Amino acid sequence: MIEAQGLTKDYGPKRAVDDLTFTVKPGVVTGFLGPNGSGKSTTMRLALGLDRPTAGDVTVNGKHYRDHAAPLHEAGALLEARSVHTGRSAYNHLLALAQTHGISRKRVDELVDLVGLHDVARKRAGQFSLGMGQRLGIGAALLGDPATLLLDEPSKGLDPEGIHWIRNLLRSLATEGRTVFVSSHLMSEMALTADHVIVIGRGKLIADTSVEDLVRMASGSAVRVRSPQAGALSELVAGDGVIVTSPQPGMLEIRGTSAEKIGETAAAHGIVLHELTGVQASLEEAFMELTRGDVEYKAGEEIAA
Amino acid sequence: MSSTAQSVSIPRLTNYGRVTQLRVARSEWTKLHSLRSTRWSLVVAVVLTIGLPCLFASILSSRWGHLSPGERADHARHPLEVATAGVNLSQLAIAVLGVLVITGEYSTGMIRSTFIAVPKRLPVLWAKTGVYALVVAALMVPSVLVGYFASQAILNRHHILQVSFSDHGVARAVFGAALFLVLVGVFALAIGALVRNTAGGIATFAAIFFVIPPLMNILPSNWNNAISQYLPSNAGRSVFALTHDAHSLRPLPGILLFAGYCAVALAVAAVLLVRRDT
Repeated sequence: MIEAQGLTKDYGPKRAVDDLTFTVKPGVVTGFLGPNGSGKSTTMRLALGLDRPTAGDVTVNGKHYRDHAAPLHEAGALLEARSVHTGRSAYNHLLALAQTHGISRKRVDELVDLVGLHDVARKRAGQFSLGMGQRLGIGAALLGDPATLLLDEPSKGLDPEGIHWIRNLLRSLATEGRTVFVSSHLMSEMALTADHVIVIGRGKLIADTSVEDLVRMASGSAVRVRSPQAGALSELVAGDGVIVTSPQPGMLEIRGTSAEKIGETAAAHGIVLHELTGVQASLEEAFMELTRGDVEYKAGEEIAA
Repeated sequence: MSSTAQSVSIPRLTNYGRVTQLRVARSEWTKLHSLRSTRWSLVVAVVLTIGLPCLFASILSSRWGHLSPGERADHARHPLEVATAGVNLSQLAIAVLGVLVITGEYSTGMIRSTFIAVPKRLPVLWAKTGVYALVVAALMVPSVLVGYFASQAILNRHHILQVSFSDHGVARAVFGAALFLVLVGVFALAIGALVRNTAGGIATFAAIFFVIPPLMNILPSNWNNAISQYLPSNAGRSVFALTHDAHSLRPLPGILLFAGYCAVALAVAAVLLVRRDT
């Protein structure tokens, strides 16, 4: 369980996290979404006590993280930034972390095997690929059998097999009743893994909802219509909150009304329809819609802060 | 990497405990000895501490016949300088490693893993300091002893610059040299914790130990005499000098002052360590 209350963090004049209030519940995978630079990593660092909030508060399993007697048993974390000494072997890295909590070498061995680093555990971590580094970070996060996991972009640098493995891992962790908080800037990735999503942009909370609701909320559903009399139909249904766009001749995308109403209107006016389909916006589109204007840098132009 | 299981099960952990100072110390010991840079720095320190006295003893022995009476008298006034010659160089290896013990974590990002495991942070500083001080002591006490006895054995063959371990101040100076190196390590570690950057930490140490003391010679000599003895390096060095002039501290006040500098540096480092973002 992670609870943030009015969480705010300034770095100099820049506000990285702006009055965030949310709760991450156990038993489900909660996605943490936002464009790059929107404050996801900072929020995780604040939760772990690495940085101090400028205002507000965040607790992990009911306490400030630093007040726990066995912190690694409360929370496991994979940060986006490198967090391993490049000169030390994977095994010794995990062993040093384990020893702070009196965790045995047997447990270290188990985790090395679990994350698939058995063959390279004695190699220096500086020689690891990005994917191997991620596996090591996940091993460190799981070392203390934590009730809560904070994973910042865990699939970064992993091959497809590794991404598949992460997905299963996250689901299993949530099924076991743990709190799983996973950040990503890729909505499609979260669509396959998360049950619930918290979306932020420029440090502010944009949405805190289930994955299905997010799609509905962001752009509503559209109805796609193909008709030889598209122009006439468009004039009949448009207006009063109904928005009609025409992606190509003879085709309309209509928002703000239902397929039933469009069908009835068409029938009443004797308009021939070749297609009448409800279309769900993809999660990706919903995400783009929500964070539009909150992206710090767009290709080619800088958005003034 | 064959881990394509459909459901990944995390083995439960039954034996774990709270974070204690002793456990953090064990962790820091693992961190210290599992790095190649540590092993090399310490090997260099041991080799210099033993090797230089032997080298100087050999050179002096073979050149003694060619030295002027004045030069011989100079050496005779400071007979222990041969035995402690290695300290001047090995202190640099000890200091560099002391800085690295902490800045190596900042430069690689390891510090974040460390502080996630020990979010109260202070146990990490105490553990690093304690473990490093013990390791330096364990290596340097034997090294200075071997350096002393080996160099004396070489000089003994030519019957020059003989001092007995039981002579007044000799044992204090030899053990004092090891104590000085331990404190150099602690001082450098504290600087590393303050500066959090390897190059900056080493430069700061070098400035305090090797740049500021000679700069004092620019001052009027009565100022220089009044101030220089209180600099950390000069205060610390008084513990392994056999003779003391009017403008140098006695061994005990000298080493206590240096220990005081270490304590202040550590205290400031501790306050900042808890306050600063990582």
